[in-house]
Amino acid sequence: MATRTVTYDLATPGLERGGRPGRTPLAATAEPAMDTDHMLVNIGPQHPATHGVLRLVVELDGEVVVRVVPHVGYLHSGFEKLGEYRTYNQIVPLTDRNDYLAAMSNNVALAQAAEKLMGITITDRCRELRVIACEMSRILSHLVWAGTTGIDIGAFTVFLWLFHERERLYNLIEAWTGARLTTSLTRVGGLMADVPDGWTDELRRWCGRFPKVLDEVETLLSKNGIWLGRNVDVGAISAEDAINWSLSGPMIRASGVPYDVRKDWPYLGYETYDFDVPVGEHGDCYDRYLVRMEEMRQSVRILLQALDRLPEGPINVSDPKVILPPKDRAMADMEAMIFHFKQVMEGVPAPAGEAYQAIEGPRGELGYYFVSDGTAKPVRWRIRPPAFINLAAISKMSQGHLLSDLIAINASVDIVMGEVDR
Amino acid sequence: MTAVNASVTALQDRFGAAVRRSEVSCGDTIVYVDPARVHDVLAFLKDDPAQRYDYLADVTAVEYRDRERPLEVVYQLWSLARKVPLRVKAELPKDQPLEVATATDLWQGANWLEREVWDMFGIRFTGHPDLRRILMWETYSEGHPLRKDFPLRGRFSRSEQVRQALTDDLEAHYSMEELSLTDAAPYLPEKVRQDLAKGQGG
Repeated sequence: MATRTVTYDLATPGLERGGRPGRTPLAATAEPAMDTDHMLVNIGPQHPATHGVLRLVVELDGEVVVRVVPHVGYLHSGFEKLGEYRTYNQIVPLTDRNDYLAAMSNNVALAQAAEKLMGITITDRCRELRVIACEMSRILSHLVWAGTTGIDIGAFTVFLWLFHERERLYNLIEAWTGARLTTSLTRVGGLMADVPDGWTDELRRWCGRFPKVLDEVETLLSKNGIWLGRNVDVGAISAEDAINWSLSGPMIRASGVPYDVRKDWPYLGYETYDFDVPVGEHGDCYDRYLVRMEEMRQSVRILLQALDRLPEGPINVSDPKVILPPKDRAMADMEAMIFHFKQVMEGVPAPAGEAYQAIEGPRGELGYYFVSDGTAKPVRWRIRPPAFINLAAISKMSQGHLLSDLIAINASVDIVMGEVDR
Repeated sequence: MTAVNASVTALQDRFGAAVRRSEVSCGDTIVYVDPARVHDVLAFLKDDPAQRYDYLADVTAVEYRDRERPLEVVYQLWSLARKVPLRVKAELPKDQPLEVATATDLWQGANWLEREVWDMFGIRFTGHPDLRRILMWETYSEGHPLRKDFPLRGRFSRSEQVRQALTDDLEAHYSMEELSLTDAAPYLPEKVRQDLAKGQGG
């Protein structure tokens, strides 16, 4: 391994040049090339910077990463196998635990895929509420990402400020679904519950205050010398490579590929919303940071539009074979009791066939793939896990960087091990 | 039901009988191809200027409850330029070796996805550079969990699973590639070492 120039500067660099801030070398001295043996370092699975139970085996030449071999699977729970023994609505709690930082995205993805398979069209109010759920979980997930990335890189304040906002948002989710993380929000053909009275006003108020917090965070980070030094030109991946490695979400968009499922393969009427897809240019950790910060602002825009157009009406389709009757009717009315019994005992059968439904989760293309043989339980339930596929590229992104950069790169991938390991 | 994707006709013209049939399910077009030609088909779909399926969204496999039906390897393709999806399937009969050529030379993203299919279904991807188990550990000996003949709670009894976990050698969880660095290989069980040396995965 050749020498590597180590450049760092604690003053805020590059600002006088205008445009994108960059790293300017303080002292362009190269590390001496020591012809010593490579060293093998094991990081994780129990390590705070691996964001869960990821294990990275790193081959080092001095402090420079030669090779990274990730080991995953420590959180493997066999969700896909379990799903084959459950009806579609019984799978919903499993999706909470898949990507537990964006549970509602996963709930919606499951419902969308099952409805595509069964040919169900949901009500207008349900559609808008699912958009709200998806965008709330995108913000929640990005807040965790920004907070934990800040901690990994040494900016603790951001974590406190953003988790404060996250708590406010979780209070809203708790008021809606009764749970904070394991929301189990959707059902095939509708939702578990409508939002309570006054809830939309609370969300609107939150949408008003949240961008100010983002402004403050960006004041702290975007031109901060340490932040730039740790992120700019670190872990860069080109647009061509990003496509070849099947990256998705902020990871591929930071590399300049404007692939967003909401725009390119619209679902839930996203084509009718006015929002922009932020795209990076350099594909490094800094561009991923910029893309995710802007995505949160765009999500707020979508939330406000969805709140404006949220229609009155039912949240569930009026099909007694799909939606459980109210409990009082099931206890008093013969027909309702039969439907209740059939659904609880047998589930909702899906016609033989298969459906792949992708949604734009916080981490990228979250695809749910169902294969049915005509029974109420899927033959195969597959999650296309964006975090798993994004993580595969970490070995490529971290080659030739310092060991400490590997932590920043790993943080920028925004993994959640529940989804990586499933 | 929407119309069949035009790529199906192009594939039939180009590959003839190797394209076995196509169908539309829930609006998505599915093409069934000869497993021996699946790599050629994928390369054509990726590189042909009229197709340009440049994004490999997913690789997975399906086994049906009907034991007679073959296993299917499923490729979800997406064209970033044309914004068109296509699903390519290769059927692998169970009485023949479960093998299909790797797509890692076309898409690096296939690497982990194919490892997962190998791990979960026991389908071997020939030419894969690093076909090891990925979600289960390398010394896992109960089989391939997503196969229909694999019981939900595993093949071994709870006590046997606990016994194996307690007597497990943690050093064995390094791959051969990593261990070759430090010559720490003696920790690894002999069978696993041999398998890994042959590039066969655990």
